Amino acid sequence: MTQKLTTLTETASQTAGPYVHIGCIPTFAGLGAIYPEDLGGSPISEGAKGKVITITGSVYDGTGWAMRDALLESWQADASGIYAGQPNADPAVTGFCRFAADGTTGEFTLRTVKPGRVAMRDGRMQAPHIAIWIVARGINVGLSTRIYFSDEDNATDPVLSRIEQRPRVETMIARAQGGESYRFDIRLQGDGETVFLDM
Amino acid sequence: MTDDYDTLPLIPRNRAVHPDPYDPGYKTTMTRAPSLPLLSLDSTVTEQTGPVFGHGVIGTLDNNLILNWTKGEAPAVGERILVHGRVLDETGRPVPETLVEIWQANAGGRYRHLKDTYFAPLDPNFGGCGRTLTDVQGHYQFLTIRPGAYPWPNRGNDWRPMHIHFSVFGRAFGQRLITQMYFEGDPLIDRCPIVATIKDRGQIEQLVAPLDMSRAKPMDFLAYKFDIVLRGRRQTFFENRPEGM
Ligand SMILES: [Fe+3]
Repeated sequence: MTQKLTTLTETASQTAGPYVHIGCIPTFAGLGAIYPEDLGGSPISEGAKGKVITITGSVYDGTGWAMRDALLESWQADASGIYAGQPNADPAVTGFCRFAADGTTGEFTLRTVKPGRVAMRDGRMQAPHIAIWIVARGINVGLSTRIYFSDEDNATDPVLSRIEQRPRVETMIARAQGGESYRFDIRLQGDGETVFLDM
Repeated sequence: MTDDYDTLPLIPRNRAVHPDPYDPGYKTTMTRAPSLPLLSLDSTVTEQTGPVFGHGVIGTLDNNLILNWTKGEAPAVGERILVHGRVLDETGRPVPETLVEIWQANAGGRYRHLKDTYFAPLDPNFGGCGRTLTDVQGHYQFLTIRPGAYPWPNRGNDWRPMHIHFSVFGRAFGQRLITQMYFEGDPLIDRCPIVATIKDRGQIEQLVAPLDMSRAKPMDFLAYKFDIVLRGRRQTFFENRPEGM
Protein backbone atom coordinates (compact mmCIF):
# COMPACT_ATOMS: atom_id res chain seq x y z
CA MET A 1 0.00 0.00 0.00
CA THR A 2 1.02 3.59 -0.51
CA GLN A 3 0.14 6.95 0.89
CA LYS A 4 -3.06 8.46 -0.50
CA LEU A 5 -2.72 11.30 -2.98
CA THR A 6 -4.74 14.27 -1.84
CA THR A 7 -5.44 15.62 -5.31
CA LEU A 8 -9.01 15.67 -6.60
CA THR A 9 -10.12 14.48 -10.03
CA GLU A 10 -11.50 16.92 -12.54
CA THR A 11 -15.27 16.63 -12.98
CA ALA A 12 -16.14 14.76 -16.17
CA SER A 13 -17.37 16.84 -19.07
CA GLN A 14 -20.77 16.15 -20.62
CA THR A 15 -22.14 17.41 -23.90
CA ALA A 16 -23.60 20.90 -23.90
CA GLY A 17 -26.55 19.43 -25.78
CA PRO A 18 -28.84 21.00 -28.37
CA TYR A 19 -30.19 23.65 -25.99
CA VAL A 20 -26.87 25.14 -24.81
CA HIS A 21 -28.06 28.52 -26.07
CA ILE A 22 -30.64 28.73 -23.27
CA GLY A 23 -27.88 28.97 -20.70
CA CYS A 24 -25.16 30.68 -22.71
CA ILE A 25 -26.83 32.92 -25.33
CA PRO A 26 -30.43 33.23 -24.10
CA THR A 27 -31.47 35.66 -26.85
CA PHE A 28 -30.56 33.04 -29.47
CA ALA A 29 -32.91 30.53 -27.83
CA GLY A 30 -35.73 33.03 -27.57
CA LEU A 31 -35.17 33.96 -23.89
CA GLY A 32 -34.05 37.52 -24.54
CA ALA A 33 -36.05 38.87 -21.64
CA ILE A 34 -34.14 37.04 -18.93
CA TYR A 35 -30.97 39.18 -18.70
CA PRO A 36 -30.28 42.76 -19.79
CA GLU A 37 -27.88 41.37 -22.41
CA ASP A 38 -26.12 38.16 -23.42
CA LEU A 39 -22.81 37.61 -21.68
CA GLY A 40 -19.75 38.08 -23.89
CA GLY A 41 -21.71 39.56 -26.76
CA SER A 42 -18.59 41.44 -27.88
CA PRO A 43 -14.91 41.10 -26.93
CA ILE A 44 -14.30 44.82 -27.49
CA SER A 45 -15.99 48.06 -26.63
CA GLU A 46 -15.79 51.55 -28.09
CA GLY A 47 -12.22 52.80 -28.29
CA ALA A 48 -10.42 49.45 -28.35
CA LYS A 49 -6.91 49.93 -29.72
CA GLY A 50 -5.82 48.10 -32.83
CA LYS A 51 -7.33 46.95 -36.08
CA VAL A 52 -10.95 45.85 -35.96
CA ILE A 53 -11.44 42.64 -37.92
CA THR A 54 -14.28 40.28 -38.75
CA ILE A 55 -13.79 36.52 -38.87
CA THR A 56 -16.46 34.46 -40.58
CA GLY A 57 -16.71 30.71 -40.86
CA SER A 58 -18.63 27.53 -40.23
CA VAL A 59 -18.17 24.43 -38.12
CA TYR A 60 -18.47 21.35 -40.34
CA ASP A 61 -19.22 17.87 -39.07
CA GLY A 62 -17.72 14.71 -40.55
CA THR A 63 -20.26 14.64 -43.37
CA GLY A 64 -19.37 18.17 -44.49
CA TRP A 65 -22.54 19.67 -43.06
CA ALA A 66 -22.25 23.16 -41.56
CA MET A 67 -23.58 22.66 -38.04
CA ARG A 68 -26.50 24.90 -37.09
CA ASP A 69 -26.23 24.30 -33.37
CA ALA A 70 -22.55 24.95 -32.56
CA LEU A 71 -21.67 27.44 -29.84
CA LEU A 72 -18.22 28.99 -29.77
CA GLU A 73 -16.22 31.02 -27.29
CA SER A 74 -13.10 33.02 -28.00
CA TRP A 75 -10.36 34.35 -25.71
CA GLN A 76 -7.61 36.62 -26.89
CA ALA A 77 -5.09 39.28 -25.97
CA ASP A 78 -5.45 42.96 -26.87
CA ALA A 79 -3.57 44.61 -29.73
CA SER A 80 -0.43 44.74 -27.57
CA GLY A 81 -0.54 41.04 -26.71
CA ILE A 82 -1.81 41.59 -23.15
CA TYR A 83 -4.75 39.68 -21.66
CA ALA A 84 -7.51 41.36 -19.66
CA GLY A 85 -6.56 41.21 -16.00
CA GLN A 86 -2.83 41.58 -16.73
CA PRO A 87 -1.04 44.89 -16.07
CA ASN A 88 -1.46 47.52 -18.81
CA ALA A 89 -4.24 45.65 -20.61
CA ASP A 90 -6.47 47.75 -22.88
CA PRO A 91 -9.58 48.50 -20.77
CA ALA A 92 -11.73 48.38 -23.91
CA VAL A 93 -10.84 44.74 -24.61
CA THR A 94 -12.42 42.02 -22.48
CA GLY A 95 -10.98 39.51 -24.94
CA PHE A 96 -13.90 37.13 -24.44
CA CYS A 97 -16.71 36.51 -26.89
CA ARG A 98 -19.55 34.03 -27.24
CA PHE A 99 -21.14 33.43 -30.60
CA ALA A 100 -23.29 30.83 -32.24
CA ALA A 101 -23.48 29.31 -35.67
CA ASP A 102 -26.52 30.77 -37.41
CA GLY A 103 -29.57 28.54 -37.07
CA THR A 104 -30.30 28.78 -40.81
CA THR A 105 -26.92 29.10 -42.55
CA GLY A 106 -24.55 27.60 -40.00
CA GLU A 107 -22.23 30.58 -40.34
CA PHE A 108 -20.66 32.39 -37.39
CA THR A 109 -19.10 35.84 -37.21
CA LEU A 110 -16.59 37.17 -34.70
CA ARG A 111 -15.90 40.90 -34.70
CA THR A 112 -12.90 41.84 -32.62
CA VAL A 113 -9.47 43.50 -32.71
CA LYS A 114 -6.47 41.71 -34.13
CA PRO A 115 -4.50 40.49 -31.10
CA GLY A 116 -0.79 41.26 -30.70
CA ARG A 117 2.03 38.77 -30.30
CA VAL A 118 1.99 37.11 -26.88
CA ALA A 119 5.07 36.39 -24.79
CA MET A 120 5.68 32.91 -23.34
CA ARG A 121 7.05 32.45 -19.81
CA ASP A 122 10.51 31.91 -21.26
CA GLY A 123 10.34 35.09 -23.33
CA ARG A 124 9.70 33.50 -26.73
CA MET A 125 6.84 35.05 -28.66
CA GLN A 126 3.65 33.41 -29.90
CA ALA A 127 2.23 34.66 -33.19
CA PRO A 128 -1.04 36.60 -32.87
CA HIS A 129 -3.85 34.14 -32.17
CA ILE A 130 -7.33 33.74 -30.72
CA ALA A 131 -8.18 30.70 -28.61
CA ILE A 132 -11.44 29.03 -29.65
CA TRP A 133 -13.60 26.61 -27.69
CA ILE A 134 -16.44 24.76 -29.41
CA VAL A 135 -19.37 22.96 -27.80
CA ALA A 136 -22.50 21.39 -29.26
CA ARG A 137 -24.71 18.34 -29.17
CA GLY A 138 -22.49 15.33 -29.96
CA ILE A 139 -19.33 16.98 -28.63
CA ASN A 140 -18.64 15.23 -25.33
CA VAL A 141 -15.66 17.36 -24.33
CA GLY A 142 -15.41 20.95 -25.60
CA LEU A 143 -12.95 21.23 -28.49
CA SER A 144 -10.09 23.73 -28.36
CA THR A 145 -8.21 25.23 -31.26
CA ARG A 146 -6.66 28.57 -32.19
CA ILE A 147 -7.16 31.08 -34.96
CA TYR A 148 -3.90 32.40 -36.43
CA PHE A 149 -3.74 34.85 -39.33
CA SER A 150 -2.45 34.36 -42.89
CA ASP A 151 -1.07 37.91 -42.99
CA GLU A 152 1.13 37.45 -39.91
CA ASP A 153 4.52 35.77 -39.51
CA ASN A 154 3.64 32.38 -38.02
CA ALA A 155 6.97 30.72 -38.79
CA THR A 156 8.34 30.54 -35.26
CA ASP A 157 5.11 30.15 -33.33
CA PRO A 158 5.75 27.52 -30.63
CA VAL A 159 2.35 25.84 -31.03
CA LEU A 160 2.17 25.73 -34.83
CA SER A 161 5.78 24.48 -34.87
CA ARG A 162 4.68 21.37 -33.04
CA ILE A 163 2.33 20.20 -35.79
CA GLU A 164 4.16 17.34 -37.43
CA GLN A 165 2.10 17.13 -40.63
CA ARG A 166 2.84 20.57 -42.08
CA PRO A 167 -0.26 20.79 -44.31
CA ARG A 168 -2.39 20.61 -41.17
CA VAL A 169 -0.98 23.96 -39.98
CA GLU A 170 -3.30 25.58 -42.52
CA THR A 171 -6.34 24.38 -40.57
CA MET A 172 -5.47 26.86 -37.80
CA ILE A 173 -4.93 29.88 -40.05
CA ALA A 174 -7.65 32.38 -40.92
CA ARG A 175 -7.40 33.52 -44.57
CA ALA A 176 -7.24 37.27 -45.13
CA GLN A 177 -9.91 38.21 -47.64
CA GLY A 178 -8.88 41.78 -48.20
CA GLY A 179 -9.72 44.67 -45.92
CA GLU A 180 -10.68 43.60 -42.44
CA SER A 181 -12.27 40.25 -43.28
CA TYR A 182 -10.98 36.78 -42.57
CA ARG A 183 -12.38 33.33 -43.24
CA PHE A 184 -11.89 30.53 -40.70
CA ASP A 185 -13.67 27.20 -41.16
CA ILE A 186 -13.53 24.44 -38.58
CA ARG A 187 -13.76 20.79 -39.61
CA LEU A 188 -14.46 18.43 -36.75
CA GLN A 189 -13.69 15.20 -38.57
CA GLY A 190 -12.31 13.80 -41.82
CA ASP A 191 -10.83 15.66 -44.80
CA GLY A 192 -9.05 18.82 -43.69
CA GLU A 193 -9.76 18.04 -40.03
CA THR A 194 -8.84 21.00 -37.83
CA VAL A 195 -5.98 20.53 -35.38
CA PHE A 196 -7.53 20.45 -31.92
CA LEU A 197 -5.44 21.27 -28.88
CA ASP A 198 -5.00 19.65 -25.49
CA MET A 199 -3.19 22.36 -23.55
CA MET B 1 -5.64 31.79 -3.66
CA THR B 2 -3.03 34.32 -4.62
CA ASP B 3 -2.47 36.16 -7.88
CA ASP B 4 0.75 34.17 -8.16
CA TYR B 5 -1.19 30.92 -8.20
CA ASP B 6 -3.30 32.26 -11.06
CA THR B 7 -0.23 32.56 -13.31
CA LEU B 8 0.95 28.94 -12.98
CA PRO B 9 0.66 26.38 -15.78
CA LEU B 10 -2.34 24.08 -15.78
CA ILE B 11 -2.13 20.42 -14.88
CA PRO B 12 -2.57 18.50 -18.14
CA ARG B 13 -6.09 17.17 -18.57
CA ASN B 14 -6.48 13.49 -17.80
CA ARG B 15 -8.61 12.51 -20.77
CA ALA B 16 -9.29 9.08 -19.25
CA VAL B 17 -11.65 10.61 -16.69
CA HIS B 18 -13.68 12.33 -19.41
CA PRO B 19 -16.18 10.75 -21.80
CA ASP B 20 -14.98 9.10 -24.97
CA PRO B 21 -15.42 11.70 -27.74
CA TYR B 22 -16.56 9.00 -30.18
CA ASP B 23 -19.25 6.68 -28.85
CA PRO B 24 -21.68 4.83 -31.14
CA GLY B 25 -24.19 4.64 -28.26
CA TYR B 26 -24.58 8.41 -28.63
CA LYS B 27 -25.01 8.64 -32.37
CA THR B 28 -24.29 12.31 -32.94
CA THR B 29 -20.73 11.86 -31.66
CA MET B 30 -19.98 9.66 -34.67
CA THR B 31 -19.87 12.65 -37.02
CA ARG B 32 -18.68 15.23 -34.51
CA ALA B 33 -15.73 13.58 -32.77
CA PRO B 34 -12.29 14.36 -34.22
CA SER B 35 -10.73 11.27 -35.76
CA LEU B 36 -7.14 12.49 -35.36
CA PRO B 37 -5.29 12.84 -32.04
CA LEU B 38 -5.37 16.12 -30.13
CA LEU B 39 -2.11 18.07 -30.07
CA SER B 40 -0.98 17.94 -26.42
CA LEU B 41 1.24 20.79 -25.23
CA ASP B 42 2.00 22.56 -21.99
CA SER B 43 -0.40 25.45 -21.38
CA THR B 44 0.68 28.99 -22.27
CA VAL B 45 -0.53 32.32 -20.93
CA THR B 46 -3.44 32.04 -23.38
CA GLU B 47 -4.83 29.00 -21.56
CA GLN B 48 -3.70 30.15 -18.11
CA THR B 49 -5.70 33.39 -18.22
CA GLY B 50 -9.40 33.76 -18.79
CA PRO B 51 -12.36 36.09 -18.56
CA VAL B 52 -13.41 37.23 -15.10
CA PHE B 53 -16.94 38.42 -14.52
CA GLY B 54 -17.84 40.85 -11.76
CA HIS B 55 -20.89 41.11 -9.55
CA GLY B 56 -22.06 43.90 -11.83
CA VAL B 57 -23.36 41.44 -14.40
CA ILE B 58 -25.37 39.34 -11.93
CA GLY B 59 -28.95 40.38 -11.14
CA THR B 60 -30.52 39.60 -7.76
CA LEU B 61 -32.88 36.93 -9.16
CA ASP B 62 -30.36 35.39 -11.55
CA ASN B 63 -29.79 32.34 -9.32
CA ASN B 64 -33.50 31.85 -8.63
CA LEU B 65 -35.03 29.96 -11.55
CA ILE B 66 -38.35 29.68 -9.70
CA LEU B 67 -38.81 33.43 -10.00
CA ASN B 68 -36.37 34.89 -12.53
CA TRP B 69 -38.50 34.40 -15.65
CA THR B 70 -41.44 36.35 -14.23
CA LYS B 71 -39.19 38.84 -12.42
CA GLY B 72 -40.65 37.62 -9.15
CA GLU B 73 -44.31 37.82 -10.20
CA ALA B 74 -45.22 34.12 -10.08
CA PRO B 75 -43.39 30.92 -9.16
CA ALA B 76 -42.57 28.15 -11.62
CA VAL B 77 -44.43 24.84 -11.48
CA GLY B 78 -42.55 21.89 -10.02
CA GLU B 79 -40.79 20.35 -7.08
CA ARG B 80 -38.87 23.18 -5.43
CA ILE B 81 -35.18 22.44 -4.87
CA LEU B 82 -31.98 24.14 -3.79
CA VAL B 83 -28.89 23.08 -5.71
CA HIS B 84 -25.68 24.05 -3.98
CA GLY B 85 -22.04 23.08 -3.82
CA ARG B 86 -18.51 24.26 -4.27
CA VAL B 87 -16.21 24.80 -7.21
CA LEU B 88 -12.73 23.52 -6.37
CA ASP B 89 -9.67 22.75 -8.45
CA GLU B 90 -7.70 19.52 -8.55
CA THR B 91 -5.37 20.73 -5.79
CA GLY B 92 -8.40 21.22 -3.50
CA ARG B 93 -8.30 25.02 -3.66
CA PRO B 94 -11.67 26.78 -3.86
CA VAL B 95 -12.25 28.67 -7.10
CA PRO B 96 -13.52 32.06 -5.92
CA GLU B 97 -15.82 34.44 -7.80
CA THR B 98 -16.15 32.29 -10.84
CA LEU B 99 -19.23 32.31 -13.03
CA VAL B 100 -21.52 29.27 -12.85
CA GLU B 101 -24.36 29.12 -15.36
CA ILE B 102 -27.13 26.52 -15.50
CA TRP B 103 -29.92 25.65 -17.89
CA GLN B 104 -32.58 22.97 -17.70
CA ALA B 105 -35.94 21.68 -18.84
CA ASN B 106 -39.09 22.54 -16.90
CA ALA B 107 -40.89 20.12 -14.56
CA GLY B 108 -42.48 18.38 -17.55
CA GLY B 109 -39.18 17.86 -19.37
CA ARG B 110 -39.66 20.67 -21.91
CA TYR B 111 -37.05 23.30 -22.75
CA ARG B 112 -37.93 26.87 -23.55
CA HIS B 113 -36.02 26.72 -26.85
CA LEU B 114 -37.18 27.41 -30.38
CA LYS B 115 -36.06 23.92 -31.38
CA ASP B 116 -37.75 21.91 -28.58
CA THR B 117 -41.09 20.54 -29.78
CA TYR B 118 -41.77 17.90 -27.09
CA PHE B 119 -45.47 17.44 -26.15
CA ALA B 120 -44.95 18.55 -22.57
CA PRO B 121 -46.21 22.12 -22.24
CA LEU B 122 -44.12 25.17 -21.52
CA ASP B 123 -44.58 26.61 -18.05
CA PRO B 124 -45.41 30.29 -18.54
CA ASN B 125 -43.59 30.98 -15.27
CA PHE B 126 -40.36 29.16 -16.08
CA GLY B 127 -37.49 30.29 -18.32
CA GLY B 128 -34.89 27.67 -17.55
CA CYS B 129 -31.57 29.44 -17.11
CA GLY B 130 -29.70 30.99 -14.24
CA ARG B 131 -26.26 32.17 -13.24
CA THR B 132 -24.28 33.11 -10.16
CA LEU B 133 -20.75 33.77 -8.96
CA THR B 134 -19.05 31.54 -6.40
CA ASP B 135 -18.08 33.23 -3.13
CA VAL B 136 -14.47 33.43 -1.92
CA GLN B 137 -14.70 29.84 -0.65
CA GLY B 138 -16.05 28.61 -3.97
CA HIS B 139 -19.67 28.13 -2.78
CA TYR B 140 -22.61 28.64 -5.12
CA GLN B 141 -26.36 27.99 -4.89
CA PHE B 142 -29.44 28.03 -7.08
CA LEU B 143 -33.12 27.79 -6.26
CA THR B 144 -34.97 25.98 -9.01
CA ILE B 145 -37.48 23.23 -9.76
CA ARG B 146 -36.56 19.65 -10.44
CA PRO B 147 -36.45 19.21 -14.22
CA GLY B 148 -38.43 16.40 -15.80
CA ALA B 149 -36.94 13.52 -17.76
CA TYR B 150 -37.48 13.74 -21.50
CA PRO B 151 -37.20 11.50 -24.58
CA TRP B 152 -34.72 12.30 -27.34
CA PRO B 153 -34.02 10.98 -30.80
CA ASN B 154 -31.11 8.55 -30.57
CA ARG B 155 -31.87 4.85 -30.35
CA GLY B 156 -35.51 3.76 -30.43
CA ASN B 157 -36.55 4.78 -26.93
CA ASP B 158 -33.85 6.83 -25.22
CA TRP B 159 -34.72 9.14 -22.34
CA ARG B 160 -32.56 11.67 -20.58
CA PRO B 161 -32.51 11.30 -16.80
CA MET B 162 -33.46 14.42 -14.88
CA HIS B 163 -30.49 16.74 -15.24
CA ILE B 164 -29.25 20.29 -14.98
CA HIS B 165 -26.63 21.57 -17.43
CA PHE B 166 -23.70 23.39 -15.80
CA SER B 167 -21.20 25.76 -17.40
CA VAL B 168 -18.21 26.81 -15.29
CA PHE B 169 -15.42 29.22 -16.19
CA GLY B 170 -12.78 28.88 -13.49
CA ARG B 171 -10.02 31.46 -13.71
CA ALA B 172 -8.32 30.22 -16.86
CA PHE B 173 -9.70 29.59 -20.32
CA GLY B 174 -8.09 26.15 -20.16
CA GLN B 175 -10.29 25.29 -17.15
CA ARG B 176 -13.50 25.86 -19.09
CA LEU B 177 -15.99 23.06 -18.43
CA ILE B 178 -19.54 22.17 -19.37
CA THR B 179 -21.13 19.20 -17.63
CA GLN B 180 -24.45 17.89 -16.34
CA MET B 181 -25.74 17.20 -12.84
CA TYR B 182 -27.98 14.19 -12.23
CA PHE B 183 -30.20 13.34 -9.28
CA GLU B 184 -29.63 10.58 -6.74
CA GLY B 185 -31.87 7.59 -7.27
CA ASP B 186 -32.94 8.30 -10.85
CA PRO B 187 -33.22 4.92 -12.63
CA LEU B 188 -32.70 6.56 -16.02
CA ILE B 189 -29.06 7.43 -15.21
CA ASP B 190 -27.90 3.87 -15.84
CA ARG B 191 -29.84 3.71 -19.12
CA CYS B 192 -28.57 7.00 -20.54
CA PRO B 193 -26.17 6.77 -23.51
CA ILE B 194 -24.84 10.26 -22.80
CA VAL B 195 -23.96 9.31 -19.22
CA ALA B 196 -22.48 6.07 -20.58
CA THR B 197 -19.95 7.96 -22.70
CA ILE B 198 -18.05 8.23 -19.39
CA LYS B 199 -16.25 4.93 -18.85
CA ASP B 200 -15.05 5.60 -15.29
CA ARG B 201 -17.80 4.60 -12.84
CA GLY B 202 -16.42 6.89 -10.13
CA GLN B 203 -16.60 9.82 -12.51
CA ILE B 204 -20.26 9.10 -13.24
CA GLU B 205 -20.98 9.01 -9.51
CA GLN B 206 -19.36 12.44 -9.21
CA LEU B 207 -22.09 13.78 -11.50
CA VAL B 208 -24.92 12.46 -9.33
CA ALA B 209 -26.00 14.94 -6.66
CA PRO B 210 -27.14 13.44 -3.35
CA LEU B 211 -30.20 14.65 -1.49
CA ASP B 212 -28.93 16.99 1.23
CA MET B 213 -31.52 17.38 3.98
CA SER B 214 -29.13 19.61 5.95
CA ARG B 215 -29.83 22.37 3.43
CA ALA B 216 -33.49 21.59 2.74
CA LYS B 217 -35.91 24.18 4.10
CA PRO B 218 -38.88 22.74 6.01
CA MET B 219 -42.19 23.30 4.24
CA ASP B 220 -40.40 24.94 1.29
CA PHE B 221 -37.72 23.08 -0.70
CA LEU B 222 -35.48 20.01 -0.83
CA ALA B 223 -31.74 20.37 -1.43
CA TYR B 224 -29.14 18.61 -3.58
CA LYS B 225 -25.39 19.04 -3.27
CA PHE B 226 -23.17 19.19 -6.35
CA ASP B 227 -19.45 19.94 -6.11
CA ILE B 228 -17.46 20.62 -9.26
CA VAL B 229 -13.71 20.13 -9.71
CA LEU B 230 -11.82 22.08 -12.37
CA ARG B 231 -8.27 21.60 -13.60
CA GLY B 232 -5.61 22.68 -11.11
CA ARG B 233 -2.30 24.43 -11.55
CA ARG B 234 1.11 22.86 -11.45
CA GLN B 235 3.83 24.10 -9.10
CA THR B 236 6.92 24.85 -11.17
CA PHE B 237 10.17 24.68 -9.30
CA PHE B 238 12.14 23.50 -12.28
CA GLU B 239 11.42 25.23 -15.56
CA ASN B 240 13.04 23.56 -18.50
CA ARG B 241 12.53 24.32 -22.11
CA PRO B 242 10.66 21.30 -23.47
CA GLU B 243 12.43 19.18 -26.03
CA GLY B 244 11.82 20.44 -29.54
CA MET B 245 10.14 23.70 -28.54
FE1 LIG C 1 -30.69 18.56 -21.48
